Amino acid sequence: MSDAVTALNGARYEGFATIEDQGLTGMITLRGDLASKEVKAAVKSAIGLAVPAQRQALTGDGAAALWMSPDELLLMCPYDKVGDTIAALEQALKGQHFLAVNVSDARCFMRISGRGAREVLAKVCPVDLSPDAFTPGMFRRTRMAQVPAAFWLDEAGAFHLVCFRSVADYAFDLLKASARPGGEVGLYA
Amino acid sequence: MLILTCPCCGVTGEETEFHQGGEAHLKRFGPGSSDDDFHTYMFAKENPKGAHFERWRHNNGCGKWFIAARDTVTLEVYGTYPAQTHEPPQHIRDAITARRPGWTWREFA
Repeated sequence: MSDAVTALNGARYEGFATIEDQGLTGMITLRGDLASKEVKAAVKSAIGLAVPAQRQALTGDGAAALWMSPDELLLMCPYDKVGDTIAALEQALKGQHFLAVNVSDARCFMRISGRGAREVLAKVCPVDLSPDAFTPGMFRRTRMAQVPAAFWLDEAGAFHLVCFRSVADYAFDLLKASARPGGEVGLYA
Repeated sequence: MLILTCPCCGVTGEETEFHQGGEAHLKRFGPGSSDDDFHTYMFAKENPKGAHFERWRHNNGCGKWFIAARDTVTLEVYGTYPAQTHEPPQHIRDAITARRPGWTWREFA
């Protein structure tokens, strides 16, 4: 079998923020009744995390649980563990109305870090990213220039961004342009 | 520019994060209905100068549909509520009445 690669194939750019491809990441779309004890138990057993509250992201060792909509989560795990994780979800949710699908190769996963990270995203997303309004652990699906994207902020001040694989080049080039030295606005400085 | 609050995920976002989906509170006349009913359902839309009810979708966010009441003249958003609502909730009607006493929209007032 051919080797899997990400759409950005390890691309990295250093401007007044650093944008880097996060490499192959296991991603699973889980739909179901997020309030049910079965779904909570299944997520816990599959990736060791709780079901996040509305518009929140929970992260653990190599795993993440992201709140996508009232009936949808995006679960992250190591790329080679996706099969096992889906099997665990299916086992735990047997008899329930749910959907668990491997979307690892349909998404692109990037990290935006450095002191200008907030500004790089704020230039291309209609979201209030001031430190008071957007705090670590928050997860936001929004529009990034011409494409949909979703991101969360971690305690270290880095953003983790997911978008569709088909627009990975566009998204990377867009963030690159936004992070070009000389383009600092200084809004959050 | 409208600022809408999605009642499904709670995000308050600007218009470009959403997509308008036509008139709200339509009663569908499909196969088997009379030509007149179907014609009215299909083509006769409200085009008010004032309060209007529209379906919107949070297409760059949670992906859910909801209903927004807004003013076509001032662009004021009177409020948003879930798509599973068959008529405008009282607090939305009150908000419109405060601005436009005596308003009507289809069978609602």
